[in-house]
Amino acid sequence: MSGPFRLAEGGRIDRDRPVAFRFDGRDLQGFAGDTLASALLAQGVHQVATGIRYGRPRGVLSAGAEEPNALVQIEKPFPEPMLTATTVELRDGLEASGLPGQGRLSPDPDPARYDAVHEHCDVLVVGAGPAGLSAALAAARSGARVVVADADTEFGGGLLGSGELLDHAPAMEWVERARAELARRAEVRLLPRTTVTGHYDANYLVAVEDRGPDAFTRQRTWHIRAHEVVLATGAHERPLVFADNDRPGTMLAGAARTYLHRYAVLPGRRAVVFTTDDGAYPAALDLSGAGVEIAAVVDARPEAPPFWAKRCAEQGIPVRTGHAVVGTDGGERVTGARLAAFDPDTGALGPEEHHDCDLLLVSGGWNPAVHLYSQARGPLAYDEAAGAFLPSGSVPGVHPAGAAAGLRTTAQCLSSGAVAGVQAASRLGLEATAAPRPETDPHPVPKGRPLWRVPDPDPEAPGRRQFVDLARDATVADVGKAVGAGLTSVEHIKRFTTIGTGHDQGRTSGTVSSGIIAGLLGADLSEVGTTTFRAPYSPVSFAALAGRERGDLYDPIRVTAMHDWHVAQGAPFENVGQWKRPWYYPQPGEDMEAAVLRECRAVRTGVGMQDVSTLGKIDVQGPDAAAFLDLVYTNMMSTLKLGRIRYGLMCTADGMVFDDGTVMRTGENRYLLSTTSGGAAGVLEHLEDWLQTEWTHLRVHLTSVTEQWATIALAGPRSREVLERACTGIDLDNADFPFMSWRNGTIAGRRARVCRISFSGELAFEINVPWWHGRQVWEALYAAGEPFGITPYGTETMHVLRAEKGFPIVGQDTDGTVTPQDLGMGWAVSKKKADFVGARSFSRPDNVRTDRKQLVGLIPAAGEGVLPEGTQIVEARVLPEPPVPMLGHVTSSYRSAALGTPFALALVKGGRDRIGQTVYGHVGDRLVPVEITDPVFYDKEGARRDG
Amino acid sequence: MAPRTPGADLPDHPDRLWRSADPKSSYDVVIVGGGGHGLATAYYLAVNHGITNIAVLERGWLAGGNMARNTTIIRSNYLWDESAGLYEHALKLWEGLEDELDYPLLFSQRGVLNLAHSLQEVRDGVRRVGANRLNGVDAEWLDTDQVAEACPILNTSPDLRYPVLGATWQPRAGIAKHDHVAWGFARALDLLGVDLVEGCEVTGFERIGDRVIGVETTRGPIRAGRVALAAAGHTSVLADTLGLRLPLQSHPLQALVSELLEPVHPTVVMSNAVHVYVSQAHKGELVLGAGIDAYNSYGQRGAFHTIERELAAAVELFPMFARAHVVRTWGGVVDVTPDASAVMGRTPFEGLYVNCGWGTGGFKATPGVGWCFAHTIANDEPHPLNAPFGLERFTTGALIDEHGAAGVAH
Amino acid sequence: MMLIPCPWCGPRNETEFHYGGQAGVACPKDPYAASDAEWAAFLFFRDNPKGVFTERWMHRSGCRRWFDLRRDTATNEIHTGAHEDQERTVAV
Repeated sequence: MSGPFRLAEGGRIDRDRPVAFRFDGRDLQGFAGDTLASALLAQGVHQVATGIRYGRPRGVLSAGAEEPNALVQIEKPFPEPMLTATTVELRDGLEASGLPGQGRLSPDPDPARYDAVHEHCDVLVVGAGPAGLSAALAAARSGARVVVADADTEFGGGLLGSGELLDHAPAMEWVERARAELARRAEVRLLPRTTVTGHYDANYLVAVEDRGPDAFTRQRTWHIRAHEVVLATGAHERPLVFADNDRPGTMLAGAARTYLHRYAVLPGRRAVVFTTDDGAYPAALDLSGAGVEIAAVVDARPEAPPFWAKRCAEQGIPVRTGHAVVGTDGGERVTGARLAAFDPDTGALGPEEHHDCDLLLVSGGWNPAVHLYSQARGPLAYDEAAGAFLPSGSVPGVHPAGAAAGLRTTAQCLSSGAVAGVQAASRLGLEATAAPRPETDPHPVPKGRPLWRVPDPDPEAPGRRQFVDLARDATVADVGKAVGAGLTSVEHIKRFTTIGTGHDQGRTSGTVSSGIIAGLLGADLSEVGTTTFRAPYSPVSFAALAGRERGDLYDPIRVTAMHDWHVAQGAPFENVGQWKRPWYYPQPGEDMEAAVLRECRAVRTGVGMQDVSTLGKIDVQGPDAAAFLDLVYTNMMSTLKLGRIRYGLMCTADGMVFDDGTVMRTGENRYLLSTTSGGAAGVLEHLEDWLQTEWTHLRVHLTSVTEQWATIALAGPRSREVLERACTGIDLDNADFPFMSWRNGTIAGRRARVCRISFSGELAFEINVPWWHGRQVWEALYAAGEPFGITPYGTETMHVLRAEKGFPIVGQDTDGTVTPQDLGMGWAVSKKKADFVGARSFSRPDNVRTDRKQLVGLIPAAGEGVLPEGTQIVEARVLPEPPVPMLGHVTSSYRSAALGTPFALALVKGGRDRIGQTVYGHVGDRLVPVEITDPVFYDKEGARRDG
Repeated sequence: MAPRTPGADLPDHPDRLWRSADPKSSYDVVIVGGGGHGLATAYYLAVNHGITNIAVLERGWLAGGNMARNTTIIRSNYLWDESAGLYEHALKLWEGLEDELDYPLLFSQRGVLNLAHSLQEVRDGVRRVGANRLNGVDAEWLDTDQVAEACPILNTSPDLRYPVLGATWQPRAGIAKHDHVAWGFARALDLLGVDLVEGCEVTGFERIGDRVIGVETTRGPIRAGRVALAAAGHTSVLADTLGLRLPLQSHPLQALVSELLEPVHPTVVMSNAVHVYVSQAHKGELVLGAGIDAYNSYGQRGAFHTIERELAAAVELFPMFARAHVVRTWGGVVDVTPDASAVMGRTPFEGLYVNCGWGTGGFKATPGVGWCFAHTIANDEPHPLNAPFGLERFTTGALIDEHGAAGVAH
Repeated sequence: MMLIPCPWCGPRNETEFHYGGQAGVACPKDPYAASDAEWAAFLFFRDNPKGVFTERWMHRSGCRRWFDLRRDTATNEIHTGAHEDQERTVAV
């Protein structure tokens, strides 16, 4: 049984598909097509949640996304906090419970998938009610590419719950015909269950589609770029503010009508209808027709609308004009309403009378859903007649239509939608005509009179509250307190009272609170205004917006051609930018320290090999290439001869070291640059910037070739012997193949460019082969090296070896505040060139200070271990009270097999003049004595590079 | 279901806050910009220097700019001595501010973790912790296990795309409620007789030669003995009217909140590499931010892809946030300098002082800024703590490069 | 998400581009003739108007060309026209 309040027939639920669910520990049943709210109401369950501040019972106010009250926690199939019962689709196995304002996150990982797609269309129609469907039909018939997005499970918008007729047949038949026609058109995409959450620059809209439990992805984020946007987003009915207006059973009149027509649910047996707007009358009449006893229609206005008054009289419904509901009775459910004669001009109240009821319908007029229009920078203006803020002015390419534009009848909505569709099509240069509008019920245009609050006849009564924002439990008294404290801006009062800051962003309370504020300040509502309409329109899960960019897809993983070999060797990897680089290659039983010492020893005494493919590579071509390189490097490049290689240093314009690498001259007008692994993209952008925007006269082209070349470093005194076995076509002796030159040869049948470059100080070669052959050549070199005990080594060993030689790593031994001179690399700064990037900055006052931090070596006192990298250096032997002057910090620090002592590189104030001094590393709470040394620790003479 | 009232524990505001004043024709000091910095400056001018004939001019509603839009993180763990000095002074003032202003600021010293996701970030973190400690700023380096202990909901698995290798930890850091801070200052100023003028936009300056003697506003001219700019993202617009060039670029900075959630997040987490910062505010909402949008803008809104990327980072670091919901996003306009450090001091115009360039770090500095800027205005020379933050550094090259510490917006 | 008209590739999403700030800031022809203050002006000082701004963008995920654009920094409205006059020159 799906509940005592379910009608025997009617509604859009599927009675053949009962759905079992659980709410607050009770097993219940509804039908497919129900929302959680409609299923609960069918069971007579009105209290769904409790209020956040006062813990009062709260029911179902609305039938849609504007719901401020009926907050639920989903428990199964997977916990999800703070959904509105009015938008949760009833599904088998659903378990939920009511919430007192705070949701609960599951500690378990969300098993669902999420994704995102991009869509480009001529016309995006937001909302598939009468206006949206009319617009979509007009636009689609013109040949435009149309997307229709609607948050609901079914198209129809307001027609889903109004029970009205179009062309003398149920309106939903027209909706279905329109939907079917749109679905048939190849250029139309229909997106039900899709909430458009935000409008961004240049008609870029974001929508989130709920794809249901059976889809591969649970939710999908749509990024839609539309030439034209029709905003047919409807309107939200406003509740009324009176004492104790929050009891369960208090419901918007339009919502009650929706529960009746769409879900075949009677939200009560005996109702009082309190309104200031004609729109509540059809609800009263429909409910009465369905068997609800209408105790009274209480209209705060002096006169009832004659058209509706007559119909009420025909159905025996008493209409009490000039009256207001001034209070309610009940606890978990409203049991009665108290009426009093009411003069809306003076606020004077007459004596109270009591009416029993289990349903209190309210209607305080309608707020057009102008959120997206406002986000599109569309101006809003308060409309006295409508009692609401309406779109005003115009935004090119944005067309508000229907109820969102402040229109009230279905006929108006159909017409305005068609006009919007035609306008959108014509802006696209398409010919469009509006189809004849279907015939509607002959109702007059509803009118209303804004009533922001009903005075409380007994404001001192304990526990009586007039709620303005039900989601935040904020009351008229709160607004009064804010105004009393001196606040006049709606933004301040919102923050003081927290009105509008709930999950619903004050859809039902925003205009009402502005009206109350205006009344208290004696100001004009149009001056008071509203708070800003912020995206998203409805709450969106983090995961939906994160999409697929999680786990390994959070950021691209770049690997080299030899990656799988490294994995097979059990190497742990270091993230360097997006690259995965082997860190070290532990042998069984080895920890990192042992592995690195072994790898270092192998390179210093035998031969090692490293995958250095991740170094950035930029191919520079053009007649002015040499001149260009002279401008971007600190040192002279134009004198580099074909076949030779030179180390190069780059600075930013403010003279700070930016990147380094080698320059290889590969042709008359062609060079290959290498960059640091992490800096490659930045260097290319830096070079393109100068080339394209400053030196436009230079004929140079730059191409990234990082992933064209796999590169292998072969280092150690026996590296030549390995290469002799593996490589043909190159005379490898020092005379024919000197340091800092390159030759073409063949390795493993592959053409290879072999360079004599060393980052360890040892005799070394760098072998470049096409990426595709990287693994093959790597393995061939490894095989050739086996007789010599060739040892693969990772980034850590490379770091140790270069540090022993005093070679800095840009980004580790520099931090963007370090000049070439600070690094002791003045030798790499040309004195002959007229200019290069950064040159002028070297003579600024701060650059010529003698106490700048300079790169030096450090040797900890005997018996001390490795200094942690990052350790601060101080002069004092005993720490004074803070602030303690600091000399600098340790940039690199290692154990050394070759030196037999831990050592470090550091940036130290006036460091070069302090060589030989003892200073202190601040490690934990200790001061570790360290001696300042030259940064070159090993083979100062450079004798080893030739083997 | 037992009724519960989470969120009801937010303290009430006092019965009187401030009265918006109409501007008089002249003041000893006119402060342009009624945000946190402008209000704090007026406060310390009055309290420390006895100057109360002050107007704070706000073009919109008081503290409605970045003060109302920031993510309320307070910390002082900056790398360089100059920054640490200023921010630590601010933090010490924060620690007494609730009592001083007699206002519940919801200042909560729940600590901040700055995560390291690469070996270089580990080095940088250790370096910063060391510098902080020597500068008297509380700081610790935590390894991955200690990070997990400090924030159990953080994903510290090595399988993360960029695993958490450690973090710096400042226990005294935390959050406060931004509106309460602004209103606390405003109420105190109201009691001190300072004029808080809302809806009063400064459109230009009155000057005699190189001396500024007042401002032109949408509510008429106002004479001033001294004029102090504290207009954040709009500073350039004002300085342009004097032909004063400042090294500022105004960018959008976005933030967002979730619905109210039961407490899960005990601290503040910031990450550069997996770019997001997150805390859980007093009512239970998660408050998130990330970096600035790349382009210049005064639009108080940013692009959506920034938000999406930020949420990807949030879910990566905090898998349990997957089904939390974004309830509201917004943007502010932040003025960014080339070295990610502020500019505070005198200008080439006599009687005109500038405080700007706080980028993403302005809120946490609020009382420290007020203290030092008030000193600068009252004495016509900078306080030692803000002396290094003058414009001269761009000419000499003595930048205070805080990109490492400020690289993540905060 | 702005729609940025690349003069070479047509309109593309903002995410494909790299921002370069104020356009037309030339490096002093003779940097050594510039005072420290003038050099600092080149390095660090850029216009920051609220309103129409001529600025540089680079189509990072496309043609990698830098180009100038006129955009209103208050509304993000892009003033087409400027880029159409722009010479699409490449030194060859």
